[in-house]
Order: sequence, then structure tokens, then C-alpha cells
Amino acid sequence: MILNKLKLAALGASAFVALTVSAQAQVQIEWWHAMGGANGERVERMANDFNASQSEYVVVPSYKGNYTETMTAAVAAFRANAQPHIVQVFEVGTATMMAAKGAVYPIYELMSDAGVAFDKSVYLPAVVSYYEDTNGNLLSMPFNSSTPVLWYNKDAFEKAGIASAPTTWDEVNAAAQALLDSGMTCGYSFGWQSWVMLENYGAWHNIPMGTEENGFAGINTRFTFNNEAIVNRIQSIADSQESGIFKYGGRRGDSLSLFTSGECGMWMNSSAYYGSMVSQAEFDFAQTMLPLDTDVADKAQNSIIGGATLWVLRGKDDADYKGVAEFMNFISSAEVQAWWHQETGYVPITTAAAVLSEEQGFYEANPGTDTAIEQLSLNAPTPNSRGVRFGNFVQVRDIINEELEAVWAGSKTAQEALDTAVERGNSLLQKFERANS
Amino acid sequence: MLKRVHFGTSILPYLLVAPQIIVTLVFFMWPAGQALYQSLLIEDAFGLSTEFVWFENFEVLFQDKLYFDTFRRTAFFSVTVAGIAMGAALMLAAMADRIVKGALTYRTMLIWPYAVAPVIAGALWVFMFDPTLGIFVYFLNMIGIDWNHKLNGDQAMSLVVMASAWKQIAYNFLFFIAAMQSIPKSLIEAAGIDGAGPVKRFFTIIFPLITPTTFFLLVVNVVYAFFDTFGIIHAVTQGGPAKATEILVYKVFNDGFVGLDLGGSAAPSVVLMVIVIGLTVIQFRYIEKKVEYA
Amino acid sequence: MIENRPIITFIAHATLILGIAIVAFPIWITFVASTHDAVRMTQVPLPLWPGDQFFANLYTTFTVGAGGGNTVPVGMMMFNSLIVALMIAVGKITISLLSAFAIVYFKFPFRMGFFWMIFLTLMLPVEVRILPPFKVVADLGMLNSYWGLSIPLIASATATFMFRQVFLTVPDEMLEAARVDGAGPMRFFWDILLPLSRTNIAALFVILFIYGWNQYLWPLLITTDSSMFTVVMSIKQMLESAEQAPEWHLIMMTSLLAMLPPIVVVLSMQKMFVQGLTETDK
Repeated sequence: MILNKLKLAALGASAFVALTVSAQAQVQIEWWHAMGGANGERVERMANDFNASQSEYVVVPSYKGNYTETMTAAVAAFRANAQPHIVQVFEVGTATMMAAKGAVYPIYELMSDAGVAFDKSVYLPAVVSYYEDTNGNLLSMPFNSSTPVLWYNKDAFEKAGIASAPTTWDEVNAAAQALLDSGMTCGYSFGWQSWVMLENYGAWHNIPMGTEENGFAGINTRFTFNNEAIVNRIQSIADSQESGIFKYGGRRGDSLSLFTSGECGMWMNSSAYYGSMVSQAEFDFAQTMLPLDTDVADKAQNSIIGGATLWVLRGKDDADYKGVAEFMNFISSAEVQAWWHQETGYVPITTAAAVLSEEQGFYEANPGTDTAIEQLSLNAPTPNSRGVRFGNFVQVRDIINEELEAVWAGSKTAQEALDTAVERGNSLLQKFERANS
Repeated sequence: MLKRVHFGTSILPYLLVAPQIIVTLVFFMWPAGQALYQSLLIEDAFGLSTEFVWFENFEVLFQDKLYFDTFRRTAFFSVTVAGIAMGAALMLAAMADRIVKGALTYRTMLIWPYAVAPVIAGALWVFMFDPTLGIFVYFLNMIGIDWNHKLNGDQAMSLVVMASAWKQIAYNFLFFIAAMQSIPKSLIEAAGIDGAGPVKRFFTIIFPLITPTTFFLLVVNVVYAFFDTFGIIHAVTQGGPAKATEILVYKVFNDGFVGLDLGGSAAPSVVLMVIVIGLTVIQFRYIEKKVEYA
Repeated sequence: MIENRPIITFIAHATLILGIAIVAFPIWITFVASTHDAVRMTQVPLPLWPGDQFFANLYTTFTVGAGGGNTVPVGMMMFNSLIVALMIAVGKITISLLSAFAIVYFKFPFRMGFFWMIFLTLMLPVEVRILPPFKVVADLGMLNSYWGLSIPLIASATATFMFRQVFLTVPDEMLEAARVDGAGPMRFFWDILLPLSRTNIAALFVILFIYGWNQYLWPLLITTDSSMFTVVMSIKQMLESAEQAPEWHLIMMTSLLAMLPPIVVVLSMQKMFVQGLTETDK
């Protein structure tokens, strides 16, 4: 009986495999991505549109879990020689991918090998500079990029009698206090704290987070984010928890519900939460630029991006890469980018897409949605505001999360926690330097 | 351990063990060997540059104060989960053992969390205790408790303990009730005639008699807490906040799978393997004894 | 019972009912959450009573899909989970029966070596040895297949050990009698041992079916073809999609659906399950 069952299962299995492996004459291009939910559907649509636009190639997107799961799956697959053509990797994985010279196929090389016209100057400098090598060659294709902005609850602001959106940290605190006075229980919160409060805080105020131009100039970089400006800011945020001005709500985007449920009146996190806000917030909301710390700088520099890029992996047939190049070209077109930007809240990667969105009247109809682009292109990026490129950064971000959580929980001072974070982070940088040289 | 009466040597036994042995070799022994070898290397994620460093990964590991915290935390977590899951199950079983009518209904109602996937159990508990939306948090706030397991390590720990214990109560309950029902009723009645009340009877007769089951469950529960709670922790806290819920298995997963530090994560996984072998031997010796007495 | 004290009986019932209430509350919440719409699930306090969106959500999970925008309908994923769980359960039981039979009833060189080798696999979970097996599966061309999803998980020390115990308690006279009748080893296995281990097989089936159904990290790693996704792995994916808030109403609906088959298996086989588990040494 058992054997029969096994046979039955085997039969079912093989029949099923036979069904799914139907004959495919076209070249299949595998694309592993980390976009779940509604954005996952948009990714599907993007691939379908490309597939419909020509008949030689079929792009097959596969959802591989969150960013870390997707990246690990691709690495494991590469080691097993079963890698996809294209994999979406989040920005903190950039150093790891870059160091893997034999594994990745840089975009600029791919485009020239495939003979597909490629003009880097049409891309937004603040977006592509994060992913260039020291010679200014583009290594991976920016896909979903965003930058942290300050979201605020307009209805709550009105009720609390706050006239205008805050532009400095002092104003943020004053607004938070006014919100508390009007009966709210929390002033502001933020997510992705390393990205928002360290990486972007540094860029915004033009102070470095690590040596060697934040790692862009060399693999021998070390962290310096335990500087006075950041320590003071973190400490003062921690101190403001008691009165409810700040409330911590988790490492990633989990604190979004604090904002959409109306508990906190302000929220600093990615501009890409626009889609979720529209569907969940039952109040009027808006976004504005990150606040400036007037103790640290007189004017804001520019913010840096987050999100992910598409890396091309080596080891496939040469003929396939022509299709990959075509696809990269397709997704950079103004139409696709403008659509993606308007639907998701991610920033467009080309100037043309921003212009097209403007012409289509998107910014007029949705005031504030251009905040991210404005922030990113506020000034020409300096070595401190081009981005960060640190090895083992996934783990470093975990360390920063851990140490900051210790500050929020009151078990460490900001100075102690950031000193420890730098120390622990540097040993990971050392390890990375050793493993990749 | 071999039957006194048995079949002679032929090719047949080799054919019989072959499927199991092949799968074991290919999917267990070989990977374990790889892990051993990997623990002596420093390597980049893609395996493009490799350096053989002998025991350096272990030296780094054992110099890491945080690693010993992980050991302590794992011990605390396992004991607490086992204690709560077994204590609650024992109490429910003792009550159900007294009941003549409806015992089956109660059993049916208590048994099913066993079937829920750890990840799903994690999702349920995260949902109920979401600091903003959670239904329990709403009640806790009403009685003045500020719940935020994303910030408060103790609360995070209690959340994963609760979720893990919740899933295991059903299993323990089944074993306890079966053990209790196999105690001859005449023993209990005799004690009753001697004037022992129900509580006294439980502690002087029932509890000592089910000791083998209790010990067996202790091992099973500790193993469960060590390994099978991975899905729960992954869904609920991801080891945070500030490592407050990072147990040994999770550390290996996090360093290797998330951090892509293959050499660095192989070292703790070798340590974990040694612990596993130790636990296996304990369990083996115990079960072996139980068979002999039976 | 020896005495009849209503107050104690009352306490017993009350404790049990309280226990059930605590144990069952999470599932009630799951059900309630699956009956509301997205907006209601972001408003504090969350509902304790069902809403009217049950069928709408059910429809969404079955048609649009819940695997994170992959438009994989949940029915397809449940079918995959079912096949994988059955393959794992049946495969584990089969190879464990065979190897336990060999170890108990045959004398051959390396017998104990094999036994210890099997026994060592007892507890090391998939999570900590995941990359090397992945390479093997990839080399064998089993990515995105039911074989790849199940075979690496079918080595089972627990099952082998349990059958070994069961066989050890089978009286030697059985084999002697079978020999007198001229039965060969496989005949003995098929006609005597299998029927004797029926309840144990049933109990293990329940455990292993659940084990297989509940796998998630392994399927996540080795499937790239969305038509091979399993339902449990989809729930974790729905919990953390990039830059989006979790859609609790759909997550809970999918959770509810994903819980049903293993619960049905446990409850419907409950009697054999309990017997098989608790009476191995009889």
C-alpha cells in the first residue's frame, strides 16, 4: 500500500514536471527579485511588457523572498552553478557584489559587449554614483531606489496648530511637542535606522561615516560614525523618548503602522512607502525633506539612496546576455521608469523619466512626491554624500541595529553604543578586507 | 540489539539500508564534512578567494564575549520553554485524567496546535503582539503595561517563549495523559482508601510513576527548543532586539545565511554539531534503558 | 473514580476549558483577521469579532494569489505542499522501515556503523547545513522539482529508531514460525512486520506529514519557479515584502488555509497517532 502511494506521488510529480517544462524556443532570462505584494505584481507586468515587445527573449521573474534571502539564494546558486542572469541586490550588498569580480558582469561591459547603446549621462547622478567603480563605470543597474524623507500627518498637524512642515531638528521636536499637547501619544518614529539616522544623516550634513570616502576609495576603510554630531543626535533622541516625542517601532518598515494608525504624527523613512500610505492611511499626509541639524551644518548637502539594483551574473551563454542588455535598456526607458516611479514612489533613475512625470502632471496632482528627487539632487554629491560602500555591511547594519536598540532601551549611552558598534563593525571590515584581497 | 534469531549474511541487508545510507551520506555526512572544512577557511561569499586559516575562526569565536551570552541565552530559553510547555501540559493532563465524560473532546481541542507550522505560529503571535496593532497590546496598554517587544529584550524573549511553548503543549499533553491512563486504577484507589486526597495522590503516586515519560519529554522539549523554534524566532524577532532572542541555531543561520560569512558561520555550526551529538548520545542511552525495562 | 467530589470535577473542567481557550485563542484571532478588509486591519483596536470580508479575502487568495505578487493562487501552492508532504512522509517511512529491518534482522559487516551513521542525522536541522545540500541538489538537476523539495529531507533517524524498537519487541517465535513455513526475509517483512507496525506507521505518518508540510527555508532556497512554491513559505514572504506594510487580512487568510490540512490529518488520525506514539515499547 505504501509503495503504491509512493508510486502515485512519483507519477503525479513527474506528470507535473512534464507540464511545467513545456517546449520553449525563445531564450529564457531568469530574473530573481525581492519585490513582494503589489510591487511584485508590477515587476511581473514589467517583464510581461518586455516579453510582448519582442519575440527573441522571455524574461522570467521569480520572487526569492526578502532582500537577504534573494541575495543568499543567488550566491548559493552561483556556487552551485545554477545562478540566474539577473539578481536584485539591495544597496548594502553592493560591496560584496563588487568584490566578486569573477561573478558579476558589470553593466557598462555588458552593454558595450552586447552592442546596446548606453549613455550614462541620462541617469540621475545621485542614483548612479552609488553604484560606480572608481573610474566612474556603472556596475549594476539601479532598479528601485528611494531616499528617506519626513512623512507627516497633515490632519494631526492642523489639529495641533502647526503651521508649516518642520525643516530642522529643533522644529521637529517642537512639532512633536505640539502634537503631544494636542493629545497624540507619540511625536515621531523612524525605520531602517542605520540608513536613515547614520548613513543619510551623515550625507545630509556632509560628514563621513567611514574613512576612504565611505569605502569608495578603498577596501581598507574603517568606520568613524561614533563622531560627536551623530552621538549627540542619537542621545537627544533617546532622551526624548520619555515624554513620547520619539517612539521606536522596529528595525525595518515595521514602524509604518505607528504612523498609519495615527499614533505618531511624523515618520522618517523611505519615500517608497507612498503606495502603502495611500492604501492604509485614513488621513491626509504629506512628505517633506529630512530635517537639518543646525548644530552640525548650515545647509543640507544631499541625501543618499537606498533600495536595490540589478546585478548581472556571469556564467551564462553569450547569446543570453544580448537579451539581458536589451531588457536593461527597456527598463531604463522614460515610459517604464515614469510608470514605475508614479506607481511605487521609488525615484526614477533617469532625468527623462522625471521630466516625463512632470509633463504628465504627476507632481502637480500629488504634491510632495518629488521630494525624494529634490533631496537627492539638492547638491552635487561630495565624497561624504555619494553613498557608502562597506564590506559585510548586512551584518554591520545588524550590529548598528543592536547597539541603537540598546540606546533606545536605555541600557547604553549613545557614546558607548556607537563606540561598540564602530569597534564590532571594524572587525567585520577587517575580515572582509582579508577575505577579498 | 540484534535479534537472537536472525537472517544470515547476504546482499539483501545492504540493499535494504542503501536508500537511507545514500540520502544520509549525500545530504548529511557530506554537508557536515563541508561545514568542518569550511570552518577552517576564510572565504568570500561567492567562493572566489579562499584562505586556509586552521583554527582562527574558532579562536575568534571563543574570544567573542557575545557568543557566550548566546550560550547562556539558549540554555535559558530552552529550559523556560520546556518548563512552561511541560508544566501546562502536565496540569491539563492531570485534570483531563480525572474526567470521565468528554475527555476525548478536550483532547481533540488541545491537540491541534501541534500541527501549526512554526513560521505560522510566529506570524500569529507577532500579529497578536504587534506593538501598535496587536490585540493583546491593546489590553496590556489598558492595564498600564507598555508593550514593545521590538525594543524591550525581555518582552521579546517572553514572546518567543510563549509562542514556542504554545506549540509544544499539545504534544506533551498527549504523552502525559497516555502515561497517566496506563497507571493501574487499583493503585490510586488503594491510596484513596488510605485517605490520601487528590493532590496528595498526584504527588505521591501519579507523578513518580510517570517519571520516565517526564524525562523523555524533557529531552524532546529541550531538543525542540534548541532547533525547531527557529521558524518562530525568524518570524517573530529575527533574533532582536539587540540579540535578546538570538539562540545558537539562529546565530549560525544569521551569520551564514544572512551575513554570507561562510567560514565564520561554519565554526559555530561545528560547535552546534558537537552539542547535537552529545544530546543524541544522552537520548540514545535513555531510550535504550527504557526499552530494557519495558 | 474513587470519589465523587463535584467541586474538584468542576475545577478540572474549568481548567481544561481555560486551557483550551488559551490554546485556541490565536486561531480565533486568525479567523477574525481573515474576515476583515485591509483598512480595518490597520485601525486600533483590532476587531475581536468576524467581519464580512471572509469570502472576498478567500476569493483574493485563491485567484490573485498570496505569494507576494507572484500571482500564484493559493490552491496551487497547497497542492505543492500536499505532494511534498506526502513524498516526505511516505519516503521517510519506507526507507526507515527497510533500514530498521536490516539492522534488527540481519547480521552483516558494518551493521552498527550504518546504525550510528543514521543515528547522527537525528537532530541537525536544515537551517544550519543548507548551502552544501543546495549544491548537491543543483548538481543533480533537482532544483524546482518535487524530488529536490523532498529527497534531501527524507533521511530519518527518528523513524529508523522507532521501527527498530518496534521490531525488537516482536517475539523471536514469529520469525522461527515463519522460517518453518519457508518464508524468506521479504515475505516475513511484508506479512508479519508491516502489519505489526501499523499503528506506529500511522503515528509517524502524522508526524512526518506535518514536518513535510511545515518546511519553509528549504523550499524557499531551491524553488525559483513560482509554480513550485509551497504555501508555508509564502507566508513568511508575505510578512516582509520590501517597503510595504504587511497585508494582515490576506496573510491570516493564507495562514488559516495553510493550517487546515495538517490539522485535519492530526485530528482524523488522532487515535492511531496517540497509540502509535505512546505504545512503542509494548
